[in-house]
This record gives sequence, C-alpha cells and structure tokens, in this order.
Amino acid sequence: MLLVPAMIMFCCGVYGFITRRNMIAILISLELMLNAVDINFAVFNRYLWPEATEGMFFTLFAIAIAAAETALAIAIIINLYRSAKNIDVRDLNKLKY
Amino acid sequence: MDATLPILILAIPLGMFLVLGLAGCKMSHKMAGVLGCLGMGTTLVLAYTTAFTYFFSGSPEFVNAAGERLQAVIFNHTWLAFTDKLVIRLGFLLDPISAMMLVVITTISFMVHLYSMGYMRDHHGVYERGFQRFYAFLSLFSFSMLGLVVATNIFQMYIFWELVGASSYLLIGFYYVKPSAVSASKKAFIVTRFADLGFLIGILILSYYTGTFNFTELTSAPVEGMADVFNVSETTALSVKSIFESSATPVFLGGSVLTWALVLIFMGGMGKSAMLPLHIWLPDAMEGPTPVSALIHAATMVVAGVYLVARLFPLYLMEVTALEFVTWVGAFTALYAAIVACTQIDIKRVLAFSTISQIAFMMVSLGVARPEFHHGLGYMASMFHLFTHAMFKALLFLGAGALIHAIGSNDYTAMHGLRKYMPVTHWTFLIGCLAIAGIIPFSGFFSKDEILSSCLGNSTFIYIWMSLVAGLTAFYMFRLYYLIFWWKEHKIPEGHHAPHDQPWTMSLPLVILAAISLVAGFIPFGKFVTWNGHPYDFMAHFDWSVAAVSLCVAIVAIVLATAMYRKENPLPDKFRAALPRLWEWAHHRFYWDELYLFITHKIIFDRICRPIAWFDRHIIDGTMDAFATVTHAASRAIRPLQSGQVQLYVWWYLLGALALGGITMLCLL
Repeated sequence: MLLVPAMIMFCCGVYGFITRRNMIAILISLELMLNAVDINFAVFNRYLWPEATEGMFFTLFAIAIAAAETALAIAIIINLYRSAKNIDVRDLNKLKY
Repeated sequence: MDATLPILILAIPLGMFLVLGLAGCKMSHKMAGVLGCLGMGTTLVLAYTTAFTYFFSGSPEFVNAAGERLQAVIFNHTWLAFTDKLVIRLGFLLDPISAMMLVVITTISFMVHLYSMGYMRDHHGVYERGFQRFYAFLSLFSFSMLGLVVATNIFQMYIFWELVGASSYLLIGFYYVKPSAVSASKKAFIVTRFADLGFLIGILILSYYTGTFNFTELTSAPVEGMADVFNVSETTALSVKSIFESSATPVFLGGSVLTWALVLIFMGGMGKSAMLPLHIWLPDAMEGPTPVSALIHAATMVVAGVYLVARLFPLYLMEVTALEFVTWVGAFTALYAAIVACTQIDIKRVLAFSTISQIAFMMVSLGVARPEFHHGLGYMASMFHLFTHAMFKALLFLGAGALIHAIGSNDYTAMHGLRKYMPVTHWTFLIGCLAIAGIIPFSGFFSKDEILSSCLGNSTFIYIWMSLVAGLTAFYMFRLYYLIFWWKEHKIPEGHHAPHDQPWTMSLPLVILAAISLVAGFIPFGKFVTWNGHPYDFMAHFDWSVAAVSLCVAIVAIVLATAMYRKENPLPDKFRAALPRLWEWAHHRFYWDELYLFITHKIIFDRICRPIAWFDRHIIDGTMDAFATVTHAASRAIRPLQSGQVQLYVWWYLLGALALGGITMLCLL
C-alpha cells in the first residue's frame, strides 16, 4: 500500500517533466521522480528483506547524489539564463542537426 | 683475391653519384666535371688492375693446372634471406667476360666523362644547364653497369639491369624541356620495362625449378666435368643437372620448362639490346646528349642482352631450340637495321641502326656457337665483337657528337665537305668506319671474321645472310662518311664562322679510341675469353678463305659507296627512283613505330581500355555513388526527429520504454 503514493509521485514527476516549460519546474519534477524512487527503495527494503540495510543506504546515497545534481543543474540554468535571458525549454532548441 | 679493390670499383661511382647528386648544385660546373673525371679515372685504374690480376697473375684462384680460366667469386654477401633456398645475395664474380666488361665499361665511361667536359658547353665556353646533374647520372650509370656485369646471381643482375634502365631513362630525358626528349625517354623506359617483365618471369621459372639464383651453380650444371671451372662442387653440379633433366618433362605450348625460361630471359635481352620487334626505343633514345648515346646506347648498356645470353650460355647449350631462336631474331634484326640505316638522314639515327645491326651480329654469333665447332668459336667471337664494337662505335658516336657540336644540326644535309675544316674528326671517323666495315688491319675485321667463320660452321645459309649484312654495313657507313666529309663543298651559313676542330678534351678521347680500334684486332682474344675457360688460339685455325670473302664483300661495298656518294651526282636519286617502294619503307623504318601506335592506340586503348574505363566510371563508381545517394536521402528524411526540443525526446523515450516493457511482459506471459 505504501507503494501507491510513490507511484502517484512518480507519475506527477513524469507529467511535469513533459509539460512544464520553465526549466526550474522541470528540475522540480525530476526531484519528484527521484524521491518516488527513494520511497520505493525504503519500502522494498523494509518489507522484503527486513534484516538487510542496503536499501536504506541506497536511499541515503541517492539523496546525496540528487543534492549534488540539483546544484549542478541550477548552475547550468543560471549560466543559460545569463547568456540567453530565457529559461523556456521550448525556445532553447539550438542543439540539433 | 682481396675484396677491397672490387668493392672500391663499385663504391667509387656510387659515392660520386651521391656527392655530385646531392652537393652538385653547391659546386662550380668545372669542379663537378673534374671530380667526375677523377672518380671515373680512379675506377678505371682499379678495374684495369683487377682485370690484369685476373688474366695474368696465374693465381690458382683464377686459373687451374690445365690452364683453364675459372669463375672466381670474390665475395658474396647475403642480403635478403627469406627461406633456406630463397636467398638473395650481392657479390662480385670475376670470370673472363666480367673482367673484359670491366675494362670496356671503365674505358668508354672515362672517355665519355672526359669528352663531356668539352661537349656539354657552347662555343663561348659556357657550361650547359644541369651539367652537375649530367655527371651525377653518368656516375650512377657506371655504377649500375659495373654491378650488372659482376653479378654473382641472376637476381643481382636483374636489380642492376633495372638500375641501368633507370639511369638510361634519366639521361635520355636530360633535356627535359624538349618534348621529343621526354617522349623518347618514356618510350625507352616502357619498352624495356615490358621486356623486363618477360625476364622476370623467366628468372622465376628458372629459379623455381632449380632452387638457386647463383650463376656458378646454374651454368655448371649442363656441362660434364666442368664443376671446378665454375667453382662449385661436383655434387652440386650433378644435382642441378638432374633437376634440369627432370624439368624437361612439364611441357607447355610445345616447349619444356627450360626452353620457356630461356626464351623469356632472352626477351629481357631483346628489350635491352633492341632486337626486333622491341628495337623501337633505341633510335629515339638518340634524343639524349651524344656522349650518352656513345656510352649507353652504343657501347655498354645495349650489349647487356648479349652479355646475359653469354652469361647463361651453358644453359642455352642444353636447349638448342632457344639458341636457334636467338640466332633467327639476331639474323632478322641485323638485316632489317642495316637496310634502314642506308636511308636515314639524321647521322645519329644511322649510327643507332648500325648499333642495332652490330648487336644482332653478336647475338647471331652466340646463337650459332656450338662446342663441337672450334670449341665454341661463336661465343668467343661474340665477346670479341662486343669489345671491338664498343671501342669503334663509341669512337663514331663521339665523332658524330663533335660534328653536331660544330654544326649545330643532326642532319648530314647541313654538313657535306667537312674534311678540310675538321681534320682530327675526319681521320678518327674514317678509322671508325674502316673498323666497322671490316677492313684489315682494323679491329672490326678480326671480330667480324670470327663471327662469319662460326656462322659458316653452323649453316651456309646464315653465313651468306650475315655476309650480306656485313656488306650493307660497309655500304651505309661509307655512305655516311662521304655525305658528311665529301659530297660537295661545305657552305658556311651567313654570319657563322667556319666549323673547326674541338678542344683537346674532346679530341683526346677520339684519338685514344681510334688508336684502340686500330690495334685491338691483334689481341689474342681466344687466350682470354672462351665459353669454358679453355684457351683457344684462333690464329692457328684462322680461315683465310672466309677472311678473303668478307674482305672482298666489304671492299665492293665501299667502292659502290664511293661511286655513289664521293662527289655530288644524280646516282643516289636514280637508285632511289628505281626502288621507290623499298626506299620509302626503309626510310620510314618499315613502319614499325606506326604499327606499335596502331596496336596501342587503336586496339589496346580504344577496344580494351575505353570499355574498361566506361565500366569503371559507370558500374563501379555508379554502385558506390548509389550507396552514398541512398544514405544521404535517408538521413535527410529522418533528420526532423532531432528537433532540439528536449521534451519531445522524453516523449519518444517514454513511449519506447513503455513499448519495450509491454513487449517484455507479453513475452514473459
């Protein structure tokens, strides 16, 4: 039953990732998906292998990585804003054929 | 014998080539010329010493107790060892013919080096452009030719064979701004290269069956009890012999393996020695400077084919078919070239055809040589003629060079009556003509007489044929002589000073060569050079009837030429009008060049090359182009997918992941 909120969170994340135009919002959606996955790790660890702790540690590990990744993403977005004065993802389409 | 001298003989010209070739442009013209002459002079002394040691020292290395001259391998360095049997060596083989060739090559080469000091500058003493390059190439040629004659194995010979071809190419094309010289050098290179293909195949066949490249082993095999002369053990000789006997069985197109190998090897010789039908390059090669014609295209390189057959002579004795082939090719070439020489206007062309004819004499002489008749007299005669011909033909060419230098034209029509103006050239040229015509006591008389004697020993028909050619030789040479030096008074063109004799650097070689042509006939050649090393005194067997007949033929021909060409008269024109067709054909060299052009352009280029080119352009290139076009179109079609819209990519990714997941589920269920 604890998987259902995680499922809902993940779907929200995917929806937001696809539909939002602001890059900050896209980053937030991404975090949502990551957190859903973290919950899954914790739940599976708790109910399937209660004597083990790998799942918990993976969760902690993923949180740490997510923090670093968020900082990186924010830095990229700030630089992007400085050069393009815009963070609308639909207008940032220079990287193509 | 110590290996120092032989190594130096090869190393000095090579070093001189490198020095003059690399540093030539830094030094003055005169310096380069003097350096070249000094280098060649040193080589000349060393080669003479070597030959003298070989013939006269009597060391057991060179002559055995029976007085037979031996083949001596001075050194034989293993260069490339691929397998046990496939070993390529570079060495120095000393035997009668290579010692003789050392003398011939260094003598002529030194004379030409000296002569070029005067020839390669204009009347004001200004040196020609590329003078240093000229001397560098001359040194390269001398090195290659010396390496060729002392080769210990047939592969080394092939390597140097190609090197002389390359240096000949470079020297024919010396005046590379002249289109005719460029095309002549290309022609020489392509024709001889085509012939060398046959040579290479012949070498491969021969060495595949015998398992050896070495001359000592190859030539010892066919002859019983001669292993010690050829410096190999009796068992080696017997084993090679048994290989030959067993190789007689595989027959291809009516010839045994050995016949084919020898005929193909001879094809290389035909190319280099300008035998019919591969003679077409030699007359055009006269585009090179005249000293080059004297050195390469008269005296040394073009006799390489004769030398090759002589080198493998014991093998040819095993296959009389191949020897007969040599005889007939030689006989036809001799007659053809002699007829053509009677109608040419360019004096160098006359000499070129005369060279072809005389080399054919040597070939015939080798072809008719049999051990039964006077211990292989033909072989000795051929080598003797090679020696004397080198001297008098170089003399004639250098004389012609002096005339061309003085007049500035190659045609005798611009000369006439020069005897008063250029006495040195006149007298030396006359000696050369008498020598080639075969008048006693000039050298050509003796060697030609030997050749005719050995022809008579083989077949009367060949003897009559070659006597006729000898008569023609005397006729065309004296026609040339009279047209240059007599005919009518020389008309000096307006504004020109009278032609005069050349500086001493040019006269000295002429005088020396004339002196040699005068006395070389008295060398007891049979004592030095015979096919089996056994000395043979030909003066003891001298056939006076043959000598008298050949002398008569020559004198009749000279008298005829005197009657026709000594003073201006209408006789030559009448003669020409009487045989218009023959004259026309001979003047156009029997249309051989046109035939070659027809075959190459109309048949090979048009009928074979063009369809192949079309196939290449349209089918092969077309297939490749089609691949490219299809790929390009496909990439254009799917390009819009990469739109730069990141969220679209995510859509596609999501759909793809879902689809893959769905398929996996379906498969698992």
